[in-house]
Amino acid sequence: MNLIKELWTSLFESLVGLGSVVRFLLRLIAVSPRALLRIDLIGQQVFNSGALSLVIIMLSGLFVGMVLGLQGFQLLQRFGSEEALGTAATIGLVKELGPVVTALLFAGRAGTALASELGLMRATDQLSAMEMMAVDPIQRVVLPRFLGGVIAMPLLAAIFSVIGIYGAQLIGVQIMGVNSGSFWSQMRSAVSLSDINEGIVKSCIFGVACSLIAVYEGYYATPTAEGVGRATTRTVVTSAVVILFFDYLITAAFL
Amino acid sequence: MRKSTTLNLGTGTFVLLGFAALFFLTTQTTSRGISLGSTPHYNLTAKFDNIGDLKVGAPVSMSGVEMGRVTKITFDSKEYKAVVTMRMDARYTQIPTDSDAAIYTQGLLGGKFIGITAGGADTYLKDGSQVDFTQSAFVLENLIGQVLANFTKSSAAPDSGNAKAGASAAPETKTTEKAK
Repeated sequence: MNLIKELWTSLFESLVGLGSVVRFLLRLIAVSPRALLRIDLIGQQVFNSGALSLVIIMLSGLFVGMVLGLQGFQLLQRFGSEEALGTAATIGLVKELGPVVTALLFAGRAGTALASELGLMRATDQLSAMEMMAVDPIQRVVLPRFLGGVIAMPLLAAIFSVIGIYGAQLIGVQIMGVNSGSFWSQMRSAVSLSDINEGIVKSCIFGVACSLIAVYEGYYATPTAEGVGRATTRTVVTSAVVILFFDYLITAAFL
Repeated sequence: MRKSTTLNLGTGTFVLLGFAALFFLTTQTTSRGISLGSTPHYNLTAKFDNIGDLKVGAPVSMSGVEMGRVTKITFDSKEYKAVVTMRMDARYTQIPTDSDAAIYTQGLLGGKFIGITAGGADTYLKDGSQVDFTQSAFVLENLIGQVLANFTKSSAAPDSGNAKAGASAAPETKTTEKAK
């Protein structure tokens, strides 16, 4: 009996949480036209969550691509079709690994920064101070961070994929000796524009999801040191689960 | 001022890189590509009875060395043949006029490509000339169809004995081997 009650409460709480995230998103969308007047604020956040994540994204992309090159070569060699390595690596990177790994890294690198920054602003009453001065903190602080993340994520995913393809090419062509012409030409004939579109759609949706979760957790963090810490942790955990869940949904929708 | 310059530079670099990556993905990894910078080349054509699943962009090679790409595939409605246009690298101009072009498969699961075997003529193929001797793609379904046809033939007349069935199958396999 007690167990059922607890289960019911947790279900109830998660429904309330979901509802308030959606309402927060609608609120952000409602004020977004006015935020375009302060485009410099958005630019600054694109720098913070995009340009500063560039190094980790590029490094991870290179290594993921190189691993794909090795594993793909190993596997394809058994069937005597190592020339398909370019196709395999590109489709794997563009459709799956690029958006998903970038989003996970993005949640870890930029999402936590956003959440802890906003949480600390909440804890030190900066957000309340803004409200006192008739400045809407959602419009002035939260929205630029959200939009910056939304803009940065697809670009980061595209960079990840391209670096990954070159990583796979480095291993496959330069080290394992796959013919460079077949690597690229088979890729070009097998990869269609809809594959690329799938990757772009995925990374856009992940960008919205990651940024939204980060700013929501930060904005509604309990105003204590512990609360900020918890908000940061929850950002990463929730983002990871949501990304993988949406990844399945979008993949199923595109098939 | 100094800080805002670095900020703008960083943001600009990031956005530029991002869009360059998107551009690369959409144009360079798909078949709707825009070829950046054209190397000197000349075109050859060849007519095939059946090209299988040969695609635009497939390599054209000679002795395993890539010499060009398939750029266009059209259909000749008079002869009922596929006309394949190949863009050859200008470095390889000495291909004899009586060379033959055949469609092969890369590996077991790979795509199709065109292999050119050199002939013995003293004159060489020029821009716009046609490779006259061609071999169609090896289509697995046709071979399976032939084998199945043989099976049904031999099983339809079980009394005539295995020797006869074997004899009728033998020339069939020989011709398919030749086609390969």
